[in-house]
Amino acid sequence: MPIHDQGYRRYEGSKARGRAWFVIFSTSVRSMMGSRRWIVLMIASWIQFIVRAVQFYIAANFSQASVVAPTAATFRDFFDKQDLFVFLVTISLGAAAIAEDRRANALQIYLSKPLTRLEYIFGKLSVLMAFLLFITWVPAMLLLVVEIAFTGSFSFLTSNLHLIPAITLFALIEVLMVSMCILALSSLSTNSRFVGILFTALIFFSDALYGVMRAVTGGTSVSWIAFGNNLAQVGDAIFRVPLRYETPWFVSLAVVLALIGVSAVILERRIRGVEIVA
Amino acid sequence: MADTDPVVSLDNVVVEYGRNRALNGVTAAFSAGAVGLLGPNGAGKSTMIKSLLGFIAPAQGQMRVLGLDVATSPIDIRARIGYMPENDAHIPGLTAVQFVSYCGELAGLPRADATQRAHEVLYYVGLGEARYRTVDTYSTGMKQRIKLAQALVHDPDLLFLDEPTNGMDPKGRDEMLELVRDLAHNKNVNLILSSHVLPDVEYVCDRVVVLDKGKIAAAGPIDALKQPRGRMYELRVKTHDGLEAFFDRLKAAGMECHFTDEDVVRVFVPGDGGARDLFGVAAAEGVQVRHLRPSVPTLEDVFAHAVGED
Repeated sequence: MPIHDQGYRRYEGSKARGRAWFVIFSTSVRSMMGSRRWIVLMIASWIQFIVRAVQFYIAANFSQASVVAPTAATFRDFFDKQDLFVFLVTISLGAAAIAEDRRANALQIYLSKPLTRLEYIFGKLSVLMAFLLFITWVPAMLLLVVEIAFTGSFSFLTSNLHLIPAITLFALIEVLMVSMCILALSSLSTNSRFVGILFTALIFFSDALYGVMRAVTGGTSVSWIAFGNNLAQVGDAIFRVPLRYETPWFVSLAVVLALIGVSAVILERRIRGVEIVA
Repeated sequence: MADTDPVVSLDNVVVEYGRNRALNGVTAAFSAGAVGLLGPNGAGKSTMIKSLLGFIAPAQGQMRVLGLDVATSPIDIRARIGYMPENDAHIPGLTAVQFVSYCGELAGLPRADATQRAHEVLYYVGLGEARYRTVDTYSTGMKQRIKLAQALVHDPDLLFLDEPTNGMDPKGRDEMLELVRDLAHNKNVNLILSSHVLPDVEYVCDRVVVLDKGKIAAAGPIDALKQPRGRMYELRVKTHDGLEAFFDRLKAAGMECHFTDEDVVRVFVPGDGGARDLFGVAAAEGVQVRHLRPSVPTLEDVFAHAVGED
């Protein structure tokens, strides 16, 4: 009996519209959560949260340890210390996000389905942003809750009420910038390793260049050259802690926004169902 | 959309890649059923399909698919069509059933339905036993089948198949054609089969559109296109001066001739003169006719005539 006699039947159920980005998101999340290495990375990303929680407990319960009591700068420092994990998650997940689809010609499969290029990009972006927020915004907000729980009062929160919007705003800016940058780089190549190396090189090269310029000029007003410095400067301004560079914070913010904009333009140009070489 | 309406129509469509015109004022209609899109390499077949999918915006003209304007309703169209691309294409890292199910979900099917249909469709295309293998490990023939499966999973009203038998061994090719034919003739799925392999199109399709150098060269039911406007002969000759002069003379007399794989020349003699005209030219050129057999025009003859091949 020919194989096709086993049957093909018409589908009579309903078809939903406009949720394709969520399909990309949920499938990617399920796929990542099935990876043991990924779970280990996620757990490792929360180690600082546990350390900070212990610190908050000691500060709340032992008056001799008041020196380690949390301040607004503690939360700013938390984000600084999470940078390593932000980098690792960005490289692990973002480098392959579009490059692998391009290598396997998956874009024409995606875009032959009822989803727009914007939905495809948003689907990929949402996965990366969700995991990055899971290791930045979520533990930072939980630390606030932990602080209230251990001290048994809202006094820290009421005197630092700006921390809630500050944590949220900075986490969003940081996560959006790195996600957009890695996706843009990923869309430029079919080799995810190359994308990872390129992303790493851009960060370290720009930082090294800043080091040279600082040595030449004797000041930190050229900090905007390094990608990471701009985020740090914007973060300091948002958390209302002393700025670490001489560059005005709005210049750093402009560089961050420019990076997001350039990444968006690259993605718009690269995500197509067909590659046309005119 | 009425049953008699074309499923796809193009009106004076121009598609340009820089200075190169891939489609040059194409006006065509693809009726319901199985329609072949024929043409030599570079004729513009894939460009036409990609334009109909909304991947490429035409410089000029209007296209409609299933009654919807491609320019204004590309998403509505893609919800109702299935596309099997020409080159290897899959979503990396997934097993076959995950891949096809994922495509079903992307097309709007609920997750449970998408999974169920993925299993069914994979059995239908002959990948039932291999459905838990990752697609990256599939052979070329299996990848062709899974491309068909992902195009079918959401039960499209119209299938675009771009060179579906590319790279397949003879047995796999026959099975693929059998599947496509079954879809068109028994499952009532409208399909457009783009190919340069004439027997494939002739086996599956009832109608063809022949594209050459970005223009429509011929279109209509295959049987009607094969209707003789003269007579077709298979010919073997012996000559001392080479065949070139003889062929030139045949062409000068308005006859069309082209070689087959078996060292036989197929000659189309227009009008009612038939073999007498052929013998007349042979006699005038001093050529011995060793074999002459009346033949019926094939799709290959229609194609050769349409694209002006010798």
